[in-house]
Amino acid sequence: MAVLATRVTSRSTLAVLERALTLYRRLWRTSVLSSFVLPVMFLVSIGVGVGGHVGQVGGTDYLSWIVPGVLASTAFQMAVGECTYPVLGDFKWVRAYHAMRATPVEPGDMVCGWLLYILIRVEISVAVFLVITASFGTLHSPLALLTPLVCALVALAVAAPTMAFAASVDQDSYFALLFRFVLIPSTLFGGVFFPVDRLPALIRPLAWLSPLWHGAELNRAATLGTAPPWPVAAHAGYLLVFAGAGIAWAFHAFRKRLQD
Amino acid sequence: MSEQPLIRARGLVKRFGDFTAVDGIDIDVAPGEAFGFLGPNGAGKSSTMRMIGCVSLPTAGELRILGMDPAREGAAIRGRLGVCPQLDNLDPDLNVRENLTTYARYFGISRPEARRRARELLEFVQLADRAGSKVEPLSGGMKRRLTIARAMVNDPDIVLLDEPTTGLDPQARHLLWERLFQLKRRGTTLVLTTHYMDEAEQLCDRLVVMDGGRIVAQGSPRSLIAAHSTPEVVELRFGDERPAGLAGKLAGIGERVDPLPDRVLVYAADGDAATAEVHRRGLTPSSVLVRRSTLEDVFLHLTGRTLVD
Amino acid sequence: MVTTMIAARVASDRLSPARIGAVMGRNVGALRSGPAYWLVLVSGFFEPLLYLLSIGVGVGALVGDLPVGGRTLPYATFVAPAMLAVSAMSGALSETTYNFFFKMKYMKTFDAILATPVRPFEIALGELGWAMVRGSVYTGAFVIVMIALGLATPLWALAAFPATMLVGLAFGSLGMAISTLMRGWQDFDLLASGQFALFLFSGTFSPVADYPLPVRVLVEATPLYQSVELVRGLAIGDPGWSLLAHAAYLVAMVAAGLLFAARRLERVLCV
Ligand SMILES: Nc1ncnc2c1ncn2[C@@H]1O[C@H](COP(=O)(O)OP(=O)(O)OP(=O)(O)O)[C@@H](O)[C@H]1O
Ligand SMILES: [Mg+2]
Repeated sequence: MAVLATRVTSRSTLAVLERALTLYRRLWRTSVLSSFVLPVMFLVSIGVGVGGHVGQVGGTDYLSWIVPGVLASTAFQMAVGECTYPVLGDFKWVRAYHAMRATPVEPGDMVCGWLLYILIRVEISVAVFLVITASFGTLHSPLALLTPLVCALVALAVAAPTMAFAASVDQDSYFALLFRFVLIPSTLFGGVFFPVDRLPALIRPLAWLSPLWHGAELNRAATLGTAPPWPVAAHAGYLLVFAGAGIAWAFHAFRKRLQD
Repeated sequence: MSEQPLIRARGLVKRFGDFTAVDGIDIDVAPGEAFGFLGPNGAGKSSTMRMIGCVSLPTAGELRILGMDPAREGAAIRGRLGVCPQLDNLDPDLNVRENLTTYARYFGISRPEARRRARELLEFVQLADRAGSKVEPLSGGMKRRLTIARAMVNDPDIVLLDEPTTGLDPQARHLLWERLFQLKRRGTTLVLTTHYMDEAEQLCDRLVVMDGGRIVAQGSPRSLIAAHSTPEVVELRFGDERPAGLAGKLAGIGERVDPLPDRVLVYAADGDAATAEVHRRGLTPSSVLVRRSTLEDVFLHLTGRTLVD
Repeated sequence: MVTTMIAARVASDRLSPARIGAVMGRNVGALRSGPAYWLVLVSGFFEPLLYLLSIGVGVGALVGDLPVGGRTLPYATFVAPAMLAVSAMSGALSETTYNFFFKMKYMKTFDAILATPVRPFEIALGELGWAMVRGSVYTGAFVIVMIALGLATPLWALAAFPATMLVGLAFGSLGMAISTLMRGWQDFDLLASGQFALFLFSGTFSPVADYPLPVRVLVEATPLYQSVELVRGLAIGDPGWSLLAHAAYLVAMVAAGLLFAARRLERVLCV
């Protein structure tokens, strides 16, 4: 397959990851708010505040019900956020990818290195979030320990196509569109705040398309110890296929942007 | 050429859509050589350099670098090249030292070794005292030196320099030239592009003059001057009002007369004799300059254009 | 010579509507720059709408009715005016922070403008005027949606509209004042976080009466709370004298924000 005709070597991929981590070491302070504080504020405002006026949802209190969803959406938002401006910036303003291009690093390494970085970032946020929500007493099953894995899948599934998108555009205004027409609707209607089966029947399938819904349901099954709406393999399989297709697209988009 | 060339191109072509940027050029660069591409804007120098750097694939023709094929062994070739692109692409969020160490890691160089080389190279380009500084506040010349240091971090067999000194003040240029001389002395093969005649004369053992994607002449700076110009050139200026039919009145003096918008060049073996002839014909130029021929004259002759305006 | 200089001084001390208009007009010109900018502009309207549908209607179905100040309101009716105020806030802020800063710092638009007779304060007013135009389009559309969804009666919804303009003015002035203090993009993260915190806790999604007293006092001091209360009081048709206090708060904010921004602009740009 021509699309995948880019080599990925662990050595080069790790070098790309290393650059990302070097940058992160410099910038992490500015990301503390958005990675840790905002998700918790969201939880308090909607989960505790609005939740106080909500009875039971799906056999549990509202806060416990939305925690797994907000967890998945944290991974989702971080993946999208870190794969838009930073990636376009490294093509357009920093030209870091052009610098890498002159070395043995291949486009596939650039994609995989950055994805690894996203995974590390997401896992740190997820861990912090889990500890905080556990202290709210919202985790009801030891299976909650599987949520980092689910979040990793969600992150991969959205980070890869977002990177591909960022590599294909050359104006950052497109990101505002991505946020408003994909990110925010997915978050608001993807089964994070209220059950998807309350959506009009016509719109419901749209929610099923979103990786976020699958991640939210898997997380919910894990923290509440219940069964997800679809078989676990179907949810996970969907996320894996989404991630695979996204990675292939990202390889292609990076190669295309860097060749002439 | 006894040794196998490090870079060998035959009928090399680069097209962007319908536009042909490089139009069938042949090149051989021998180990240890300093090889230059000289040409005006848009000549196709950078396009050629990018093909040699294996970041852009030839549209047609044959290209072998270090005996390998860029299409199939690009990564292996790039591992042995050092590239200083026309526009600096240093990482503004990393400091000076990190720019080198991070880049070294792309070549699979171990972390301690990367740090060691960074220290050495910063010494070499006289930036050691700025190691911890951000890239942004560096001057243009410093950034250029840092880019060159970065290009050497993998101890490359060939260093590609695309307009290494464009935009620098004379002092910064001379410092860079001096560093490049040292590189050359160590036996590194240099391939560079330039707009500057003096740079080409100073640095290059051999060069090609490109124009419109083609090679219009090649050889050593001396041999090019010998082949395409006369030993001396007389520059005549006539102030504001030029005598009518000036070209006609000068015809036959020296070997060739080249009227430019601001001055007239007379190519002659003996400049003083030509000047005497000008005066004998009753012309009174406001200034007369007799000088030795340079690559600029070669270029002018070959392309009909001045190189740097 | 001296007199002409003084005359020029005096003349330039009087604000010129024509020059303010020219600064606004530049933004209208930028609209023609491409479809992407347009789409972004138009899409700004959808964000509060999506929140209204998701939290107001979606979660609202789980909440049912909410007791507010002696009345019970359907949850969506409670949330809708808050989203209207938020939409006025974010319309004004996005124009006066992100875009304003970009123009000031990177495009050097203002440096170019200041090379003409236009003065910093006129720039501030011009930019604010443009922010108002943009914000009003958002809020106007939102008001129509509220009426269509039956979340407000047409008359009260219309009464709320001027209130949203005041909200826009207040946040626009504040935004410009903040922009002149920004050091770089990293500060925008902070700003966005602050804006988001206001969005979450200003009596938007649940009544502030739920909060512990110290938190409640803190929230009541913030501009978005004041805006939400003002807009909600009108939109749900429950006006009271307290609305005047909220309005006065916002008017004071406009004055303080503008004065501060003009001062700072003078310092930042006219060096
Ligand atoms: N990626 C590209 N797409 C389309 N055209 C290109 C591309 N890169 C170069 N060109 C065109 O090819 C021609 C040669 O460009 P090139 O950059 O090789 O010139 P150059 O000799 O390096 O000039 P300069 O001295 O200005 O750097 C130019 O006309 C340029 O516009
Ligand atoms: Mg060039």
